Amino acid sequence: MYKIEKLIENLQLEIVSKNIDITDMNMSGVYIGDLLSWVMGNIKPGDAWITIQTHVNIVAVAALGDASCIIIPENAEIDESTIQKSEEQDIPIFRSNLTAYELACKISRLVDKK
Amino acid sequence: MKLAVDLHIHSGLSPCAEFTMTPNNIINMAKLKGLDAIAITDHNSLKNIEVFLKVANKNDIICIPGVEITTKEEVHVLGYFETIESVREFQRIIDMHLPRDKNNKEMFGNQLIYDENDNIIGEEQMLLSRSIGLSLEEIIDEIRKLNGIPIPAHINRNRFSIISNLGFINPELKINAIEICGYGDLKSVEKLCPNFESYNKIYSSDAHSLGQILEREFFVEVERQSIKCIINALEKSNK
Repeated sequence: MYKIEKLIENLQLEIVSKNIDITDMNMSGVYIGDLLSWVMGNIKPGDAWITIQTHVNIVAVAALGDASCIIIPENAEIDESTIQKSEEQDIPIFRSNLTAYELACKISRLVDKK
Repeated sequence: MKLAVDLHIHSGLSPCAEFTMTPNNIINMAKLKGLDAIAITDHNSLKNIEVFLKVANKNDIICIPGVEITTKEEVHVLGYFETIESVREFQRIIDMHLPRDKNNKEMFGNQLIYDENDNIIGEEQMLLSRSIGLSLEEIIDEIRKLNGIPIPAHINRNRFSIISNLGFINPELKINAIEICGYGDLKSVEKLCPNFESYNKIYSSDAHSLGQILEREFFVEVERQSIKCIINALEKSNK
């Protein structure tokens, strides 16, 4: 388990869904994927999910798979409806200028250090 | 009356279509197969629509102006239009949002524009198999604004479909019909598609070669044999 708050701090993630209390949230692993039908079948509960797909359906897929949060790499543009839905569903979305690969490497180093 | 239709056919403008997919070849093959109407739906372009309408008119068969858009999410959506004005306006919207990448013919194929005698009179320079910078919702809105009908394409396939890329069909989307193509798994689609029963289903070929065009297999029920009546029928139950 790794605290989401520490993840944000260490990776300097932009908090996209602002109206979610993330104080007690944790992540257990990382999943990367953009084909939502595939992600639905393979993401594990607690995963932080890195995806370039920003359509509103990502929130439902994250909720179904019990993901801890969604991280959008490469500063991709996020639809307003997606942000709104994430706040409704309590699934935080963060954003970074890094690529999915760079994010995963950094998260791996953070989690291993602990 | 019932009309036999195939509403998803690619002309030689689509880079992946065979070179035989010229206006006269397609129209004559559709007639040989006994179809009453077809639609031309090239990837991200309507630049062959007007020539197809002319050739169809001469041969006494209906051709519906259409297009197959690749959205930002890489979902394929069909759009069907009633008038030439809508076709031209929608082409203008595509021109604004298609990425400016040149086609590599060796890699992707030719993108040919024809005259009514099947002469090649131009080539599209920009690669048409890119996704355009509009979301699925934005594309649906743009099609509706021009009184067109948006239909998610080949939802039973595992690539470029709304189900494969976006996981499921959001019931809030402004769509009433979905397209099913020859092959692909329908059972798993039904599971992921809330209200599968409530959508009107359009069965098409997605033909990229002449032989793939449907025979008299799928029908729409219309009052009159016209583009308008067929388009209107797409969102009504045809069971």
